Amino acid sequence: MSHAVALTWRQYRLERRMFWRNPSAAFFNFVLPLLFLALFGTIFSGSQTDLDVIVPGIAGMSVMSTTFVALAMNMVFLREQGVLKRLRGTPLPSGAYLGGLAAHAITNTAIQVSIVVAAGAVLFGVGLPENWLMLAVFVAAGVVCLGSLGVALSHAIPNFDSAPAYVNAIFLPVIVISGVFYDADNAPAFMRDIAEVLPLTHLIDGLSAAMVTGAPFADELSDLAVVAIWAALGTVLAIRGFSWEARRD
Amino acid sequence: MDSAAPAILVRDLHKSYGDVEAVRGIDFEVARGEVFGLLGPNGAGKTTTVEVLEGYRDRTSGIVSVLGHDPAGRPRALRDRVGIVLQSSGVYRHLSVREIVTHWAGFYPSPRDVEEVIDLAGLRESADVRTRRLSGGQARRLDFALALVGDPELIFLDEPTTGFDPAARRDAWETIRALAELGKTVLITTHYLDEAQALCDRVAIVKDGRVLAVGAPAELGVGASSRYRVSWRDGAGDLETRETDDPTALLHQLTSAALARGVGLEDLSVTRPSLEEVYLELTSETATAERGSTR
Repeated sequence: MSHAVALTWRQYRLERRMFWRNPSAAFFNFVLPLLFLALFGTIFSGSQTDLDVIVPGIAGMSVMSTTFVALAMNMVFLREQGVLKRLRGTPLPSGAYLGGLAAHAITNTAIQVSIVVAAGAVLFGVGLPENWLMLAVFVAAGVVCLGSLGVALSHAIPNFDSAPAYVNAIFLPVIVISGVFYDADNAPAFMRDIAEVLPLTHLIDGLSAAMVTGAPFADELSDLAVVAIWAALGTVLAIRGFSWEARRD
Repeated sequence: MDSAAPAILVRDLHKSYGDVEAVRGIDFEVARGEVFGLLGPNGAGKTTTVEVLEGYRDRTSGIVSVLGHDPAGRPRALRDRVGIVLQSSGVYRHLSVREIVTHWAGFYPSPRDVEEVIDLAGLRESADVRTRRLSGGQARRLDFALALVGDPELIFLDEPTTGFDPAARRDAWETIRALAELGKTVLITTHYLDEAQALCDRVAIVKDGRVLAVGAPAELGVGASSRYRVSWRDGAGDLETRETDDPTALLHQLTSAALARGVGLEDLSVTRPSLEEVYLELTSETATAERGSTR
């Protein structure tokens, strides 16, 4: 194992250990979507049509919460605390550090999507995914897209006190408009138009095809394309705006 | 590597932020094994200078060499050999002191023993404490521990004791002296004169982005000001003070006059200006000169 890979692995293990020691982060990034799944799953327990919407919807929300929300909050905190600046002065390669952080976020996404898939199959009658490969492709695209947008957003947040406001001002409307809790096609036309532009809508469409409807991959390529465009935009913004230090006033 | 080459060499360093010129031509050299201080008021350009040397800032112009490297590209070979204590910086809050020091040790090619570093920094009692529960003084010791664990040749300390109570300052000074005894080169910035006097082999007094004087704290008076202060009590008991470049002649004149009159010179003393006086004099002279030049 090369040195850089070993350092990435060490950083990853440290991030995992710290995550579970920080109850509030573990709750907001991890427990909240599962709580929503339990609540809405119970509310809609009489209607399989609704359950077929809510389970992939919560899977999409899970991807956003474990990447977009978690990374935006975490980057602002680490930057404001000066942890990033301190790390910058050590021989730890930037790539190993950021790789460890990314692997940590991806692990949370994978665990959470797995829990949602299992709960969907066992508790909510959705059955096992129709297309595992398509599920994996959309989750991976969603991680890159929403993770990079979260890092990009962190550049615009002035301090940690205001971070929850910035993050939730985006996260909460987006999960509602994108159809986590209902079928976005049934919303009024202007909301559908907004939803059409948002990456989470298309991520959920793809997850729904993979997990529930079994629509062929070819039908979902346009959804994948929208997620990929946002991913490219997010990556450019995340890298161009990146700073290891808090802004000086 | 030439071991006689200075650990740090700075020539005509300039650094601007937009229109603001924070550093306006700084020169100094730090020898290997030396404890060197940048002393000056807040806003003098000390931190900017140190952060250029640490690789955090690009310089506008000038020559800078740190352990034979240009720090601008943050070369890995340099980061392996340098320890940095920033003015203020946080650390992972949910890990213990030992966990963090151990993790940091893994960044370096030949780290010091973790337990030894914990002892050296005076953190034995808090080794298993999560860092968010550390006091301000303990957190600073952890900063030292993390800067030390890579066994660096050169350590940067940016205002290491600002905001400390006197006991915590003494503790920090002991740790810094221990570093010097290990043969480390130390560059320290401070606005405390007593700190510079207590720790530094040599000091550069910095103001408005320029170096006003460089020298050993005890000798700085000689270079910056050649004056001696002679004081005594006159017949009425009032304190008289006179400043002179030639104390021998003045003393001869005073004492022979006193002897001729058959009186003593109560409380006669000859003193050199202290570092504090030199510092205040230099910094206020600059301020006056600048006020004059803007008219």
